[in-house]
Amino acid sequence: MSFPLLTATAALPALGAIATAAVPAARRTAAKWLALLVSLATLVLALVVLVRFDPGGDRYQLTESHAWIADFGVRYELGVDGIGVALIALTALLIPFVILAGWHDADPQETGSTRWRPTQGFFALILAVEAMVILSFEATDVFLFYIFFEAMLIPMYFLIGGFGDRAHAGTDENAAAQRSYAAVKFLLYNLVGGLIMLAAVIGLYVVAGNFSLQEIAEARANGTLDMATNTERWLFLGFFFAFAVKAPLWPLHTWLPNAMGEATAPVAVLITAVVDKVGTFAMLRFCLQLFPEASKWATPVILVLALISIVYGALLAVGQRDIKRLVAYASISHFGFIIMGIFAMTSQGQSGATLYMVNHGISTAALMLVAGFLISRRGSRLIADYGGVQKVAPVLAGTFLIGGLATLSLPGLAPFVSEFLVLVGTFTRYPVIGIIATFGIVLAALYTLVLYQRTMTGPVKPEVSAMPDLRVRELVVVAPLIALLIFLGVFPKPVTEIVNPAVEHTMSDVQKQDPKPEVEAAK
Amino acid sequence: MENLIALLVAAPLLGAAVLLCGGRRLDAVGHWIGTVLAAVSFVIGVVLFADMLGKGAEEREMAQHLFSWVPVESFQADIAFQLDQLSMTFVLLITGVGSLIHVYSIGYMEHDERRRRFFGYLNLFLAAMLLLVLADNYLLLYVGWEGVGLASYLLIGFWQHKPSAATAAKKAFLVNRVGDMGLSIAIMLMFAWFGTFAFGPVLEATGETSEGKLTAIGLMLLLAACGKSAQVPLQSWLGDAMEGPTPVSALIHAATMVTAGVYLIVRSADIFNAAPDAQLVVTVVGAVTLLFGAIVGCAKDDIKKALAGSTMSQIGYMILAAGLGPIGYVFAIMHLVTHGFFKAGLFLGAGSVMHGMNDEVDMRRYGGLRKYMPITFVTFGLGYLAIIGFPGLSGFFSKDKIIEAAFAKGGTEGWILGSVALLGAAITAYYMTRVMLMTFFGEERWRHAPTPSPAEPSAEPAAETRGEYEVPHPHESPKSMTIPMIVLAFGSVFAGGFFSIGDRFMHWLEPVTGHDHGHAPVSAMTVTLATMVVLVIGAGIAYVQYGRRPVPALAPRGSLLTRAARRDLLQDDFNHVVLVRGGEHLTRSLVYVDHSLVDGVVNGTAASMGGLSGRLRKLQNGYARSYAVSMFGGAAVLIAVTLLMRAV
Repeated sequence: MSFPLLTATAALPALGAIATAAVPAARRTAAKWLALLVSLATLVLALVVLVRFDPGGDRYQLTESHAWIADFGVRYELGVDGIGVALIALTALLIPFVILAGWHDADPQETGSTRWRPTQGFFALILAVEAMVILSFEATDVFLFYIFFEAMLIPMYFLIGGFGDRAHAGTDENAAAQRSYAAVKFLLYNLVGGLIMLAAVIGLYVVAGNFSLQEIAEARANGTLDMATNTERWLFLGFFFAFAVKAPLWPLHTWLPNAMGEATAPVAVLITAVVDKVGTFAMLRFCLQLFPEASKWATPVILVLALISIVYGALLAVGQRDIKRLVAYASISHFGFIIMGIFAMTSQGQSGATLYMVNHGISTAALMLVAGFLISRRGSRLIADYGGVQKVAPVLAGTFLIGGLATLSLPGLAPFVSEFLVLVGTFTRYPVIGIIATFGIVLAALYTLVLYQRTMTGPVKPEVSAMPDLRVRELVVVAPLIALLIFLGVFPKPVTEIVNPAVEHTMSDVQKQDPKPEVEAAK
Repeated sequence: MENLIALLVAAPLLGAAVLLCGGRRLDAVGHWIGTVLAAVSFVIGVVLFADMLGKGAEEREMAQHLFSWVPVESFQADIAFQLDQLSMTFVLLITGVGSLIHVYSIGYMEHDERRRRFFGYLNLFLAAMLLLVLADNYLLLYVGWEGVGLASYLLIGFWQHKPSAATAAKKAFLVNRVGDMGLSIAIMLMFAWFGTFAFGPVLEATGETSEGKLTAIGLMLLLAACGKSAQVPLQSWLGDAMEGPTPVSALIHAATMVTAGVYLIVRSADIFNAAPDAQLVVTVVGAVTLLFGAIVGCAKDDIKKALAGSTMSQIGYMILAAGLGPIGYVFAIMHLVTHGFFKAGLFLGAGSVMHGMNDEVDMRRYGGLRKYMPITFVTFGLGYLAIIGFPGLSGFFSKDKIIEAAFAKGGTEGWILGSVALLGAAITAYYMTRVMLMTFFGEERWRHAPTPSPAEPSAEPAAETRGEYEVPHPHESPKSMTIPMIVLAFGSVFAGGFFSIGDRFMHWLEPVTGHDHGHAPVSAMTVTLATMVVLVIGAGIAYVQYGRRPVPALAPRGSLLTRAARRDLLQDDFNHVVLVRGGEHLTRSLVYVDHSLVDGVVNGTAASMGGLSGRLRKLQNGYARSYAVSMFGGAAVLIAVTLLMRAV
């Protein structure tokens, strides 16, 4: 038996989480370093997965399969396709930056009060989330996926509720109440989604007799497993609902601004750049593969909801007064693009959507983490409390601008490639929707540049006049992200190469072909 | 030889990277690094040009393929360059004028502590602009297209501490983004219909496509061109863009970037040639902007804004010519090049005047400066003669040809377009003479403290009216500034003639753009004569108003049209009321809707569906955590128990 690489990639951060939590209370710094080293080692493993993965090979690779709950047909089955590999790499890449950016976020506020070793807990929880996210990208057993999909809510709940942003306008009590509200809202929304999905998972078992993604998909493709139209639609809706809450899709999005606003900036990155990607990933993997007919049936409605997300999210971002909530609404707009790309059912749309997941992760991390550095300096999340920062902290302002430019999909930076692919992929099948979605690019410029103008330019406000520029640790966080944004903007081929074959498979699952150009079609 | 093409872009790009990441260590030499790399790019351009001249007219096109950029099934975008006569013309203009303006900026920005960064941005601009004109497909062109937009954004807002500069920068980027939507949609249409967006294959595909589709693509490209080239209805950003340092106005907002729209249309000639309706719209946009810019230029007292109006108007000429099809393409580009010389020269002259006048921009505070700045006066004067089309100078040849071509379009359209172009020439003569007289002739109005202005919204430079007035000491600028001005003045004088002898420029570009003489209803001589007459009339009126009579230090109230023109013909007011105010109301109400309605409805539905309404209310009462934990715990226990029971 070969080395279980996929299990190892997830087990390492899981064990790391336990080890970090067990570090004695007084050795806070050791816990941080331990967590960082574990996350870096996980990154190495993820890169090994990336290298070992052969884009031209089988659909699922590095597979592992063990019986688990034989009576239910639940198996411990792992395997990755190109989409999974790309997202595992993204997750493993972002976690070290999240840890490094949150280095001081969980330091005890008053010395001496060591109630439950907050520092150890904070970093252990981050690693726990990483482990579960990676496992949900790997699981090819529907039930196994469901377990991790739900289980990651627990560490996320504590990360949001237990470690709030210290920059808060109200009293401590008030802050705690809002934080707890945000955490509970996050949990409730996702839990309701998850419970509905659980019903669908059980329903699927009743119909198919097992939980294996590959087996069911195969049986569906060669006609041995016939589903009544209505059954398929109900099951699809059950799955899709859960994913649409997590992604999040309008109108199920309202938990995200609360959660991202109240959480610390690195945790906000964890939510939007990592955890939420499981939702869009699962749409591609489970909805389209298991329920191709129902997916096509629901496409018009989903596309319209995605379009609303794009425009609505962007308009709300324009209206925000809180920096972090602004980024949250921008993310909602971006998730609209991703979902639109998935359901446009074209190669460009789906490859673009996958690339979008990766690029959005990197660009939002860059913008949000710099925003976090900014907020920690001034102790306020309100845009109006800033002004003229560019003058006193030019490097901070410059990196913030690049993060912003990536968010507005400036050509030359990575997000442009994916956004354009999604737009083109949608346009070839649904021209009107594609054209309306391009309004998103104007609105993105509006909210980003207004944010930059109000915080960074103009006369220097007295409260920011002594603001220090980026420190070395902070620069170490931001510089590689920016380098990646530029690299993938100019040379996205490494990602598209591994993603394209996977998308081809998905396209054949739903039995869709790209629309032919009219000139060719006419011949 | 074609391997040199990438170096054209790489040199300034390297400069931008080094200067922007290099930090304070490079402060002392940053401007030299930037200037040398711009010059390197120019030298490479000249080498390629010489090589091209050595070949026959049909073999001059070069191509360089670097690597595959975005490959997804049939969607294939490459990083690949194409250098033909049209691109070559731009390369020489961009790097040539660009290098001169780098030299000029060494002196102009000498006392700015962020000079290194300024040169970094200038280099970034050059790289992006070169990418724009060298790309061999529309998607890569798009990268350059927004790249110059970014450089323009950074440079307009270079003095970010001034809120007006930051606002102007944002506005320029946003208005351009509206245009970019057009470019995006055009590329999507090409991909959907042709399956490609590379120049060569698109050209082949145009033959097999219906006119309606080409019209749609053409109109979308025109929208893009309107944004970048400040044409009506997307012209509002250019006046505000004058907030940027003057060398920026000269390079980006006069000589090169704003002409990118003309490049786009001429580059897409095959699409437009087969879509007469789109061409008609192009000519109308050109003609309207030509008058619009000229009228605005007449009313501005700020020297840079007057010149900005003029730029808009002159690009209107180019767009008009480009819309005429093969009759006009060559002249559009020829006017673009000569305009690059004289307008850059005029802006540098304006910068030199401001340099000697404590950064004053109000022409009503100038007067009689010819004695104090002789070189600036002479070079500016030559640029002035060139732009109004004084016989023998550059503008005479290029603008005259456009007016002729407009008439040659034939039919009623030809008469209308030709007359508008002629009228534009008269107004050009008027406003440029006005600028010239107010700045260099007449009473030395700057000797007296400005009279406090009654609340007049357009009288901007009232800032120094309080406190003691310091009389400026106008003086000639240093050599690093005057030499570029002199070189550009040479171009302003001789380029047009040089291009026109034996129709050199036409023969040079013809293999790319094609050429057609059209059917002129009037002879070329008549047109030239008419142009001379309107020139004299326009200049004459300006002389009577501003040469014979003293210029009031405060702008008179003026007619309704004057007042509207001072406010950019009210377009900004329209934008403010409709877009800014309307947008604010929209986003504010949406924030409210999201908070109370969407959130509430979703929560409410969930609550009623799950019968949780009573418990959800407790969310606000502090029981929330315990509730959520118990619910979650319940679910977890349920799952765990089922699993374990079965597993054991």
